[in-house]
Amino acid sequence: MIKKEMIAMLLAGGQGSRLGVLTSKMAKPAVAFGGKYRIIDFPLSNCINSGVDTVGVLTQYQPLRLNAHIGIGIPWDLDRNVGGVTVLPPYEKSGNSEWYTGTANAIYQNIEYMQQYNAEYVLILSGDHIYKMDYELMLNYHKEHDADITIACMPVPIEEASRFGVVLTDDENRITEFEEKPEHPRSNLASMGIYIFKWSVLKDALIKLKDQKQCDFGKHIIPYCHEKNDRIFAYEYNGYWKDVGTLGSYWEANMELIDLIPVFNLYEEFWKIYTNNDILPPQYISDKSVINRSIISEGCDIRGEVYNSVIGVGVTIGEGAVIRDSIIMQNTVIKDNAYIEKSIIAENVVIGQGTRVGIGPEVESKLDKKIYAFGLATIGENSVIPNNVTIGKNTAISGVTEESDYPNRTLGSGEYIIKAGEM
Amino acid sequence: MRAIGIILAGGNNNKMKELSYKRAIAAMPVAGSYRAIDFALSNMSNSNIQKVAVLTQYNAKSLNEHLSSSKWWDFGRKQGGLYVFTPSITADNGFWYRGTADSIWQNIKFLKNSHEPYVVIAAGDGIYKLDYNKVLEYHIKKKADITVVCKDMPQETDITRFGLVKMNEDSRIVEFEEKPMASDSRTVSAGIYIIRRRQLIELIEKCAEEERHDFVNDILVRYKNIKRIYGYKLDNYWSNISTVEAYYKTNMDFLKPEIRNYFFKQYPDIYSKVDDMPPAKYNPGSNIKNSLVSSGCIINGQVENSVLFKKAYIGNNCVIKNSIILNNVYIGDNTYIENCIVESHDTIKANERYVGENGQIKIVVEKNERIGL
Repeated sequence: MIKKEMIAMLLAGGQGSRLGVLTSKMAKPAVAFGGKYRIIDFPLSNCINSGVDTVGVLTQYQPLRLNAHIGIGIPWDLDRNVGGVTVLPPYEKSGNSEWYTGTANAIYQNIEYMQQYNAEYVLILSGDHIYKMDYELMLNYHKEHDADITIACMPVPIEEASRFGVVLTDDENRITEFEEKPEHPRSNLASMGIYIFKWSVLKDALIKLKDQKQCDFGKHIIPYCHEKNDRIFAYEYNGYWKDVGTLGSYWEANMELIDLIPVFNLYEEFWKIYTNNDILPPQYISDKSVINRSIISEGCDIRGEVYNSVIGVGVTIGEGAVIRDSIIMQNTVIKDNAYIEKSIIAENVVIGQGTRVGIGPEVESKLDKKIYAFGLATIGENSVIPNNVTIGKNTAISGVTEESDYPNRTLGSGEYIIKAGEM
Repeated sequence: MRAIGIILAGGNNNKMKELSYKRAIAAMPVAGSYRAIDFALSNMSNSNIQKVAVLTQYNAKSLNEHLSSSKWWDFGRKQGGLYVFTPSITADNGFWYRGTADSIWQNIKFLKNSHEPYVVIAAGDGIYKLDYNKVLEYHIKKKADITVVCKDMPQETDITRFGLVKMNEDSRIVEFEEKPMASDSRTVSAGIYIIRRRQLIELIEKCAEEERHDFVNDILVRYKNIKRIYGYKLDNYWSNISTVEAYYKTNMDFLKPEIRNYFFKQYPDIYSKVDDMPPAKYNPGSNIKNSLVSSGCIINGQVENSVLFKKAYIGNNCVIKNSIILNNVYIGDNTYIENCIVESHDTIKANERYVGENGQIKIVVEKNERIGL
């Protein structure tokens, strides 16, 4: 007989289109974070650290990297005889086959997966936040309040509350009203998109709303349950929680890690974050390098200068190269005398000798001024940048580029190069 | 591969000085992120040997912790697996391992219950990469009874701590001397042997009957004229870490680009237990030159020509030169360390000075209380 008290369902199917070229070939939860990690490592590690050993990961958009990363869950101790991690892509059914059309629809399509564990509670998580949270405490709270649904919420500055779904509560923390991105918020308690459901309540709602188009937790399931007077409680969380939905917030969250004593501390023994390490050797720092205020991961070979930056595993930085205020991901090669400033450079990129990135005035992006903003130069994975070119701010590059792509050896601020098939 | 593996990891010697107090040599940390035994284990795994026994005796705590799961080296299959054998008292035996041959004899069932025709025996303190399949091919081609992997050592190394061999033109070993006072040969045994399983059982049982316990003296040296014992020359890097000087030098070798490239970049990889440390952190004031830094380190001071193992904390204004800082060491502000090996889990106070003088390597063991952090 299989019995789990609580299982988790981790929504990892979204593209995260506001991360631009970073997510053109991988789902947002697979994007690298903090040097050696990927975003999904945080909720997965939270699960195992909270004693939740059964996790269904719902994938849909570009799942290859995510699948390879998760494997059978060994790094998170989620390789279990019973339970463990299971990757759940959409699948063909007799009759109405469909993609996952919404968060709740994705969960609905996996009712059988959840059913087999006889869980009393189901934890719904999303794969795109950076935080450490003990879901067991939240479950205890859920039980104490005899809740049908508990929603993790955190206080945000009232002026920012209009970006979130906010909740109004009574004295007991029972939620009385929901407001989705209100213009004039009456509360600063924002929903974090983390829910604990009584399985019976969730199952009933999913089935009742199975014909709802693009069925979504925030828009459909929670309002439905609220309407039929289910006991919905807010669980207040006051730790570090960061939505890395935009290039700006993604860059900022990475940069916070290099503070002398970071608010989000990865160096604590307690509550470790686990990841799939395929590169083990130590990093080598040559006699010509200068490193200040940075974090650098395993297997790097650093011969240049690195300031205020986050460097992923297996990165090579050539002699005379200077990296400032940037994020460089796994296995990227920065050749000699390159200069990189305030840039996000994804995995397996090659930056040519003497090339300068992030130089120029602030000009709005011609590709998408909402995505490529914050003065960042963003280079997608597997890109190649030739020698001795200059690339401006708010730029986007994806694909193997050649000198001919850079008139006057320059890509001005706000410009972009997206090679065919790379979008 | 048609062989099982045995790793001899029981050994220790006083040449490791204080470093041996805590652990068997096979468990010594090497090259920042590894332990010595990872090299033999990874070689076995990469040679498709599926069943490996690690024979251990001396202070095996560190080693057992390291071998807590066999999945890091990709053992732990239904076929085969990783076995750790420590001495145990049984109805007919109450001894510790009295020698290498005895350690195999006490686990002779492991040999008898296997069906693979060959056995690879390797020491746990060698730092090298080797495809044992190539040695086996050679072994079969030479119709050898035992093949001993050998290495020509450069002039400057002290070879009196090794077994020295002399071979004839056919590579058959005609002389084998264990730790001689003087010798004109520069070829040493690397402590890696291939032998047919039935042959090994026979020799080990004979040894036991005669109350002999040492594999080298009582089998290799004693049988060298009776059995066909061949030498297989190793061309690539090989180093044995079982003295303080050799241990220090081996670690420092990894500062050379060609050695790093050979071990870290070229196929096949060396595996180790994953520790889940965050990336190394360089705070303002850090100044690193020609050094290896492992994950989990936090550096506030100056580090030069050194190897930092995992989770070292280097305080403000510290100077670390030509030194090896083992796992989980805390070094307080303004401390000066040169030509030292700092033992793992050490806590070193601020404003201290440790220097290995006159070309000697100083071993620093400091167990102060760690406050904060």
